[in-house]
Amino acid sequence: MSEQVRTQNEELNLIGQDYESRYGFHDPVEYFHKGAKGINHEVVEMISKMKKEPRWMTERRHEALDIFFEKPMPRWGNTKLLNEIDFDNIYYYMKPIEDQKDNWDDVPEYIKKTFDRLGIPEAEKKFLGGVSAQYESEVVYHSLQKDLEDMGVIFLDMDSGLREYEDIVKQYFGTIIPSNDNKFAALNSAVWSGGTFIYIPPGLDVKAPLQAYFRINAENMGQFERTLIIVDKGSRVHYIEGCTAPVYSTNSLHTAVVEMIALEDSYIRYTTIQNWSRNIYNLVTKRANVYKNATVEWVDGNLGSRLTMKYPCIQLLGEGAKGEILSVAFAGIDQHQDAGAKVIHFASNTSSRITSKSISKDNGRASYRGLVKVHKNAKNCKVSVECDALLIGEDARSDTYPTMEIDNDQVKIEHEARVSKVAEEQLFYLTSRGLSEDEARLLIVNGFMEPFTKELPMEYAVELNRLIELEMEGSIG
Amino acid sequence: MTERKPLFEFKNVHVKVDETEVVNGVSLKIYPGETHAIMGPNGSGKSSLANALMGNPSYTITKGEVYLDGENMLEMEPDKRSLAGLFLAFQYPLPIPGVTVANFLRSAVKARRAKDDDMSDFRKTLKAEMDGLSIDHPFAARYLNDGFSGGEKKRIEILQLAMLKPKMALLDETDSGLDIDALKIVAQGINRFHSDKNGILLITHYQRMLNYVKPDFVHVMMRGKFVKEGGPGLAMELEEKGYEWVEQETAQKVEV
Repeated sequence: MSEQVRTQNEELNLIGQDYESRYGFHDPVEYFHKGAKGINHEVVEMISKMKKEPRWMTERRHEALDIFFEKPMPRWGNTKLLNEIDFDNIYYYMKPIEDQKDNWDDVPEYIKKTFDRLGIPEAEKKFLGGVSAQYESEVVYHSLQKDLEDMGVIFLDMDSGLREYEDIVKQYFGTIIPSNDNKFAALNSAVWSGGTFIYIPPGLDVKAPLQAYFRINAENMGQFERTLIIVDKGSRVHYIEGCTAPVYSTNSLHTAVVEMIALEDSYIRYTTIQNWSRNIYNLVTKRANVYKNATVEWVDGNLGSRLTMKYPCIQLLGEGAKGEILSVAFAGIDQHQDAGAKVIHFASNTSSRITSKSISKDNGRASYRGLVKVHKNAKNCKVSVECDALLIGEDARSDTYPTMEIDNDQVKIEHEARVSKVAEEQLFYLTSRGLSEDEARLLIVNGFMEPFTKELPMEYAVELNRLIELEMEGSIG
Repeated sequence: MTERKPLFEFKNVHVKVDETEVVNGVSLKIYPGETHAIMGPNGSGKSSLANALMGNPSYTITKGEVYLDGENMLEMEPDKRSLAGLFLAFQYPLPIPGVTVANFLRSAVKARRAKDDDMSDFRKTLKAEMDGLSIDHPFAARYLNDGFSGGEKKRIEILQLAMLKPKMALLDETDSGLDIDALKIVAQGINRFHSDKNGILLITHYQRMLNYVKPDFVHVMMRGKFVKEGGPGLAMELEEKGYEWVEQETAQKVEV
């Protein structure tokens, strides 16, 4: 692969290294605690005990586990791949070290090295307001800028959140995504560990993003982080999550639940750059409640994994609330990205915009699955849905499953869906200027992703372009 | 005296599109510093010839030879032809959404330089060339040909010509879709590029471009063949009498 396209971003230097060496390594670890494989009430009891949780949480976990056992596997989406998940062959809880650290120097060498290789401490120094790093089931490192802490910003791992702010957690936990929402939300509610708890007090503009990084290291690991973000009136925050895992031949499971509450006039942007290895099942439930004149934006980048099923949801509950979901998915060899978006307009004068961009390459498959619902009493709403799919190669596949349920006629709707191929004529145009065919194809793909990439902080845009370049290598076009 | 070598030469070129032969045996030699024009009515095979010479995979050269500076173009992919110094200004440049004019040009310029070459002069050169073509600087940040007017696209093609400085420029209907002011600006751009080292092959339907970019030779193409050749006066004659006149003339020749 060549030089020129890197000019798209001068910082794109380290080309040609694959996932295996950049992210796919794993550490030989002595775990502080490593339970047995499989899931039952004893495992749930053990997790809750180790965390010294209040009884109500323990009970909730048990209830959730019963719901998980009762609910059948989804009968939609990629049922073939879903049914290949062997729930008995997964570790549900692994604790790498005894206590969380707030200083990188105190983090054990092998974990520090991992996060060093992933560039986390460096990013923290450069531009982040706070960092959380989760390794297997637990957050091993955590920090928040002093001034943010002084202003009353709470940024903790979920376990500490529950310990230190039990009242808030009890008030909101599971109210947006109850345990019986779906089978995987139930599983998360039963065995959740780690994740992020954020509360921003009223009237605060948190300028530097807060980031959490999730790393799976062990084979057959299940990571079940739980995130709750509450942004009070008039405040603003940008939260970023990144994820990677080693390459193994057997499967691991990542099943997160993310609940967000944007109170009046507030603004939340939640950015995800997930870059899972190809053996990860990524089945995540994300939902936000948006109150009067508040805005929530999900910026969701899905790379890697074997199967991703993820449909960030926005519930517009107050007048003037706005929601935006901008997602990209890249499906390469043997991958299925079943991603999408859900917006429900409960209140009048609310607006939403969904932009979904997917790239399928080789025999990869990208599906857009979306729901927009406008309730009867929600008048003068605006809805815009745009789905754009790019196919590379003859075997690539893209499907779109858009659903609209509009229960009143005072609504303005725009819907566009496009499927395109990297056109021969486009390639000829670019190659006739001296770019090789690979470079030309990459330029077209990066251009296709640009509406997404430009929304990312610069460091992440660079990283994403690099990831796409890796995915594009050896493309058969 | 040493014999002058042609800069660009094609011999007996035949081109097929979807099993149909659209160019049946054309030959031409262009020497350094020369400007040639191919004129002809719609569907005469002019654009097909230009695309085939550049290596467009939809146009197959079934027979013939093409050389640039002694190098066999037919053995090269389009990118290699470009790096060897061949350039085609497209009749219908394609939009590349998400790729800015500046990034695209940077990639194309960099492809011509050594790996570790300093690119710090790039912006300055780009701005100067944009000024020359009366293109506003913010245009560099727009997506290539995405939502451009016909005239804007043609200017950007000539901007590429100016930035890439090929040895041999094939300009396919660069005058179409331009109003008279834009035509002058584009023509000036072409003339600035032109030197005694490089060559230009203008492909056009109309004579008006040739008022501003003076050809040394004019070739009339009809039904896939060059049917008449002459000096700059031929273009004027064509403008006056129309292509039917050539048609009648060639028809008579056949009868003779």
